[in-house]
Amino acid sequence: MSITSNPASARMATTTNTLARKDRTIPTFNRNPFAARSGSEENKAVNWVLFAVLSLGAIFMAAPLLWMVSTSLKTTEAVYALPPEWIPDPFVWSNYVRVFDDTFVLSGIKNSLIVALSVTIVGSVFSSLAAFALAKMRLPGKNIIFIVLLSGMMVPFPTLMIPQFVMFAKIGWVDTLLPLIVPVILGNVIMIFFLRQYLHNVPDGLVEAAKIDGASYLRIFWTIILPLIRPAIAAQFILWFMFVWNDYLAPIIYLNSPEKQTLQVVIANMNVQYATQRDYPLIMTASVISVLPILVVFLIFQRQIIESVALTGSKV
Amino acid sequence: MAIDVDTTSGAWTKQRRKASQKANRKLHRKEYTWAAIFMAAPVIGWLAFLLFPLGFSVYASFTNWNGLGAMSWIGLDNYVRLVNDPYFWKALWNTVFYMIGIPIGLALSLLLALALARRIPGRTFFRTVYYIPVISSLAAIAILWQWAYNGDFGLVNQFLAIFGIEGPNWLMDPTWSKPALIIMAIWKGLGYSTILYLAAVQAVPRSLYEAAALDGANAWQRFRTITLPMVRPVTFFLVVTNIIAGSMIFTEINIMTPTGGPNWSTASLVWYIWNQAFRNLSMGYATSMALVLGILVLIVTVIQFRLNRRNDFSIE
Repeated sequence: MSITSNPASARMATTTNTLARKDRTIPTFNRNPFAARSGSEENKAVNWVLFAVLSLGAIFMAAPLLWMVSTSLKTTEAVYALPPEWIPDPFVWSNYVRVFDDTFVLSGIKNSLIVALSVTIVGSVFSSLAAFALAKMRLPGKNIIFIVLLSGMMVPFPTLMIPQFVMFAKIGWVDTLLPLIVPVILGNVIMIFFLRQYLHNVPDGLVEAAKIDGASYLRIFWTIILPLIRPAIAAQFILWFMFVWNDYLAPIIYLNSPEKQTLQVVIANMNVQYATQRDYPLIMTASVISVLPILVVFLIFQRQIIESVALTGSKV
Repeated sequence: MAIDVDTTSGAWTKQRRKASQKANRKLHRKEYTWAAIFMAAPVIGWLAFLLFPLGFSVYASFTNWNGLGAMSWIGLDNYVRLVNDPYFWKALWNTVFYMIGIPIGLALSLLLALALARRIPGRTFFRTVYYIPVISSLAAIAILWQWAYNGDFGLVNQFLAIFGIEGPNWLMDPTWSKPALIIMAIWKGLGYSTILYLAAVQAVPRSLYEAAALDGANAWQRFRTITLPMVRPVTFFLVVTNIIAGSMIFTEINIMTPTGGPNWSTASLVWYIWNQAFRNLSMGYATSMALVLGILVLIVTVIQFRLNRRNDFSIE
C-alpha cells in the first residue's frame, strides 16, 4: 500500500508536482507493526511450549465455527449424533439450495448489500471531504465543529433509537431501508477522525501550492488529497462495511416484512422459526452464508485490516 | 501563505496593498465557503440525527407516550417509576455484571499478544484464526453459541463430558446464564484486543528491555515495569471502548434468551429499553431509561479520562 507512485498528482501543474516530490514524508502503512523481532536470544523451548498453547487456543477459537460449517452440511438427524459428528456423513449440499428456495436469505443478502454499500460508499465521500476541510482548510471555529462531531461518539445509539424511530415513523419510512441508510450516510465520525489524523502528516505546502496555481478546492481534493488518503479510506471503509453488514439492533427496530429485512434479522428470525421444527442444519447454513462474504473479504485484505485495526490503538 | 508575505512587502503602495487585502479577504471567504460545504453533510447529520433526537428525548422522557398518540406531560413520573422499578435495577445489574468479562478478556489478550510477539512458527496463521470471530456477525455467532450451550447435546457440555464434568444447562440456568454470555463475548472479542496489544508490545523500544536485563531485572519485573506501562494507552482505549460497547449489549441477549433468560437473569438494560419501547409501546418511559443509560455511560467515560490524566493521552 505504498503511495510513492502517484499518477494523479502528476497531472497537476509543475510547481505542485515538484513540491509534492520534495515533501514525500507522507504517512504510509508500509511499516509493518507485526514484523517479528530477531529472536536470537529467545528460548527455543519456550517458543515450542507457546506454540502448543497457541495451537490449543486456536482449536477453541475455530471449533464453534467449524461446527457451524459442518452442521450446515448435515441431515437434521445427524445433528443429534453422539459423539458429535465433525465430518458429515452423508454431505447434504441440498441445504444450500433449500436455504435460497425456502427462506428469505436471498432478499436478506440483497437488502444488506443495498444498505452496506450505499452507506459506506457515499458516507466515505462525505467523510473524506469533511476530513480534508477539517485538516487542511481555513474556517473559523473548525476545531469546535470537530469536537462537536466527536462528541457524537459519546451518545450511545440506544439513547437515540426511540426518537429516531418516531421521526422516521412520522414520514412513513418504517419497513423501508431508508432509516438504516439516511442517518449514517452523511459521514462517519470515526472515519473523519482517522482521515483528519492521517492528513495532519501531509505537508500543507502541497495544498497551498495547488491553491496558488488556481486549482479549485474540489480539484485539490480529487487530485491531491484523495490519492494520498486512499489507503486510509480503504481500511476504514472495510471496517465500516463489516459494522453495517453485521448490525442487528437498528434493522430489527425498523424492518417488519420478511422480504425487506437485512440478512442478520433474517437469520435471527429463522433461528426462532426453524428451531421449533428442529431444522438446525438450515439455520446453520444461513449463518454460514451471513459470515462467508465478510470472511472472504477479511482473508483477502487481512494485512490491511489488521494493520488499520492496530493503528486505532496507537492513533487514538 | 505566499500572498500574505507579498502584502507586507514595503515596495507596495498603500492603494495596491488595500486592493490586495481585498483580494485576500475574497480568497479567504471562498475558502471558508468551500470548507463549510465540505463539512456540511456530517454537521447536518449531527444536527438532525443526534442533537434533535436527543432534545426530543429529554422532552419525551417527561411524558406519558405510546409513540403514536398524544404526549401527556407527567413531570418526573417516569424517573420516579424507574427508580422504583425492580426490572430496571435488575437489567442495570446484569449489564454491569457482564463487564466482568472485560478484565478477563484483556488479560488473556495481553498474554496472547506477548506470545505472538515472539518468533513462533505459524504466528500469522494464529493471528488470523484468533481474529475470525471478531469479523463474524454477532447474530450468527449468537445463534451458534445458543446451540453450543444446549444442555443435552450442545458442544460445550459434550466437551466438558470428556473430563467427566456434567455441565449445566447454561442458558436455562439463572446461575450460569450470565457467565455463558461472558464466555462467548470473551471468545468473540479476544482477537481484537490481541491485535491492538500486539502492535503496542512490538512498539516497545528494545533498548529498554536490554537495559533492564543488564540491571538484573527478571522477566516478571521487566513485564511489570516496562511492558505494562508501555501498553497502557491501549489498555485505556480498550477499557473505554469495551465499557461503552458493553453498556449497549443487546444482540446476543435478544437472540440467545429472547425472554430475558431464566428469572430474568440475562436481560440487559438496552434489551429492557427496547422491550418497553417497541413491545410494550411505553415510549416515554423507555426514553427516560435510555437517557439515564446515556448519562451513566458519559459519567463513567469522564471518570476514566480523569483517572487516566497522568497518562499522556490527548485527542490530538
